[in-house]
Amino acid sequence: MADKDIAIKVQDLTKSFKIPLESSSGIKQKMINVLKGKKGYREFTPLKDVSFEIEKGDFFGIVGRNGSGKSTLLKSIAGIYAPTKGAVHVDGTLVPFIELGVGFNPELTGRENVFLNGALLGFSHAEMEAMYDEIVDFAEIGDFMEEKLKNYSSGMQVRLAFSIAIKAEGDILLLDEVLAVGDEAFQRKCNEYFANIKNSGKTIVLVTHSMDSVRKYCNKAMLVHDGKIKAVGSPDDIANEYTMENFRKQDTAGDGKHQEGLSDKVTMLRIVPVSKQVLTNKDDLIVDIEYRITDDTPIVVHIGIDDEIRDVVILNNGAKVAGKGEHKLRYTMPVSAYNDCNLRVYAVIDEVDTKNRIAFTSDRNSYRCLIRNKIGNYGLINTSSPVHGSWDGIEDFVYNRNKEIHGD
Amino acid sequence: MKISNILSRRNRILLRELVITDFKLRYQGSVLGYAWSVLKPLFLFAILYVVFDYIFNLGKGVPHYPVYLLTGMVLWTFFVEATTNGLQSIISRGDLIRKINFPKYIIVVSGTVSALINLFFNLIVVAIFMIANGVDVGWQAILIIPLIVELYIFALAIAFFLAALNVKFRDIGYLWEIFIQAAFYGTPVLYPLSMVISKSELLTKIILINPVAQVIQDARYVLVTKESVTIWSFVTGWKVILPFVIIVVVLILASYYFRRNQKYFAEQI
Repeated sequence: MADKDIAIKVQDLTKSFKIPLESSSGIKQKMINVLKGKKGYREFTPLKDVSFEIEKGDFFGIVGRNGSGKSTLLKSIAGIYAPTKGAVHVDGTLVPFIELGVGFNPELTGRENVFLNGALLGFSHAEMEAMYDEIVDFAEIGDFMEEKLKNYSSGMQVRLAFSIAIKAEGDILLLDEVLAVGDEAFQRKCNEYFANIKNSGKTIVLVTHSMDSVRKYCNKAMLVHDGKIKAVGSPDDIANEYTMENFRKQDTAGDGKHQEGLSDKVTMLRIVPVSKQVLTNKDDLIVDIEYRITDDTPIVVHIGIDDEIRDVVILNNGAKVAGKGEHKLRYTMPVSAYNDCNLRVYAVIDEVDTKNRIAFTSDRNSYRCLIRNKIGNYGLINTSSPVHGSWDGIEDFVYNRNKEIHGD
Repeated sequence: MKISNILSRRNRILLRELVITDFKLRYQGSVLGYAWSVLKPLFLFAILYVVFDYIFNLGKGVPHYPVYLLTGMVLWTFFVEATTNGLQSIISRGDLIRKINFPKYIIVVSGTVSALINLFFNLIVVAIFMIANGVDVGWQAILIIPLIVELYIFALAIAFFLAALNVKFRDIGYLWEIFIQAAFYGTPVLYPLSMVISKSELLTKIILINPVAQVIQDARYVLVTKESVTIWSFVTGWKVILPFVIIVVVLILASYYFRRNQKYFAEQI
C-alpha cells in the first residue's frame, strides 16, 4: 500500500481564524484594544486535526453540512489559507475553481482574461495559446472573446471561468460546489465531461452538497462534520451517511411544550423509529407513533410516507382510536416492493366529529430513513412487487443503472 | 517564498502578464491614453514652474532651473506612484487572492514596475528639455541608471511594507497620502538646497540623509548642473552612506514583515 501515488496528502491539518469582534480593522480600535487588554478577536477553528490522502487519478468528493469546514479544507489544499497547524502536501500542478470563478477583470476582453488567468495558474502565454481553442470551444462563447468581460452575461462569465478550470492542463482540479453552472445544455456537457474524466489521470476534488454528483462522478468520498473527518469511503456509503446526518439534526421530535404541530388537545406527537435507518428489501419499516391526548373524543391517526427522491406520496393510512392519555401505535410496512427511496414518515391526527386537524408532525419532526436495495431501476416500485406489470411472454431484464438512479 | 524562486519562470510569466494588464487598463476610456503618463507630470511641472520661478523666484541662481525642477518632479512622482501603487496592490486584488494561490509579492512588484515604465517615459521628456535648454551633458549622465535602481529598491521596500500593513489597517492609505504631502516639502523638489544651507547646515544634512532627496540631488548633479548640492559634497565621513543604510534596513524589515504576513492575506482581506 505504501507505494501508491499520492496527489494530495493532508496531515494533522488545523486551521483557525481570528475573527475581529468589532470592526477593529483600524489602528484606533487596535490601540484601544491593546490598552484595555482585550484580544479584539474571537478564535474560530473550522478544521481540527484533519488527516487524509487522495491518490492520483481519484475523483474525490468532500461532503458535509454548511459550516462543517469543507470549503476551508479546499482552500487550504489550494494553498489559499496557510495551515495553523499541520501540513498539506500537493504533488502536481493545481487548478482551483473556488467561489464561482477565478477573479476576472471586467475591463479586459475574454481573451485577455484567459491569458491573465493562465498566468495566475502558472501557465505561460504559449501554453495557454495551446489550450485556448479548447477552452473557448467548451465555453461556447467564441464570438464574444474579443469583447470586454463586462459585456458578458453572468452565465457566460461562469462558463468561461469553468472552462478554463477544467481545460487547463493541471494535474489536480479543485472544485467548490460548481457543478450547477450554466444552462441545461452546458450542464449536460459538464456532466458528460466529468463522467468520462475518470480514466484521464487527472485528480479531482469536488466539494458539494449534491449527493447525486457524488454518486455519479466520485470513486471515493469523505464526510466532514464539525471540522473533523467523520467517514471516508465509497461514494454510496458517504452519500447515505450525509443524507442521514441531515435527518438526525432535524430529528428532535416530541418532548418540547408548544412545538409546531401540537395543540392544547394533543400535547405530544412523535414518531419513534423501531427499524434501522437504512433499509433493504428484506426489511420492514417499523415505527411507533406516540401521542398524548387530553380528552376521549374519537380521533383518526394517519401515517404518511413520502418519497423525497421522486417527490411522491407513497401511502397515507389512518386508524380510528379514542381514549385520553398517552398512547403508542405501531405501524409496519414491508419495503420489498420499493426501489431506492428517501422516505419521510409523518403523522397527522384529526378529530372524527369536527374533521379538525389537531396535531401533525412538522417537517422538522418527521422521521426520515432510506431504502437502499441496489436493484437497478428507477421506478418507485420494483419488479418483485405484486402490482408490477409484466411483459407478454418475455422475462424482465434489469441492468445495473444504479449510478443514474439518483440522476439529475 | 524562497529567494531562488523570486524570479522563477512562473513568477516571470505572472509579472509580465500583470504589468501588461496594468498598462492596458491604466488609461482605459481616456482619449489621450498613455500620453497622460507624460502629460500629468508636465502640467504639474508647468504649474509649479510658473508659481515658484516667476512668482516666488525660487529658481534664482540655479542654472537650467526648469530642467532642474522637472528632474526632481519626475523622480518624486515616480516615488509617490510606486509606493501608492504598491500600497493598494494587495487590497485591490483581494478578490483574486481569495480564489487562487499565487506569489503575492508579484502583485506589489508589478505595481512598482508600472510606475517604473512611466518614469522611463518621463525621463525621455526630461532628455528633450535638457536638449532644448542647452544643458551640457557629460559621461556622468549614465550614472542616472544606478540612481534609478537605488530609488526603485527604496520605493519597492516601502511598497512591500505598506501593502502588507494596509491589509490589516485600512488607515494606512490615508496616512501615507498625508505623509507624502509633508515629505514633498521635506524633500528638495521645488526649492534648491542652497536656500536651506544659508538657513541651517544641520537641516541640510538631515534632508540629504533621506534617500529620495539624495537620489534627486545626485540625479540633478549628473544630468543638469554641478551646482546641485549632493550628500557627497556636503556631508563628510561615514555619514555619507546613511541613505544606503536606511534603504537596506527598510528593505530587510519590509521583506521580513511582508513574508511573515503574506500567508494570511487571503483570510484578512
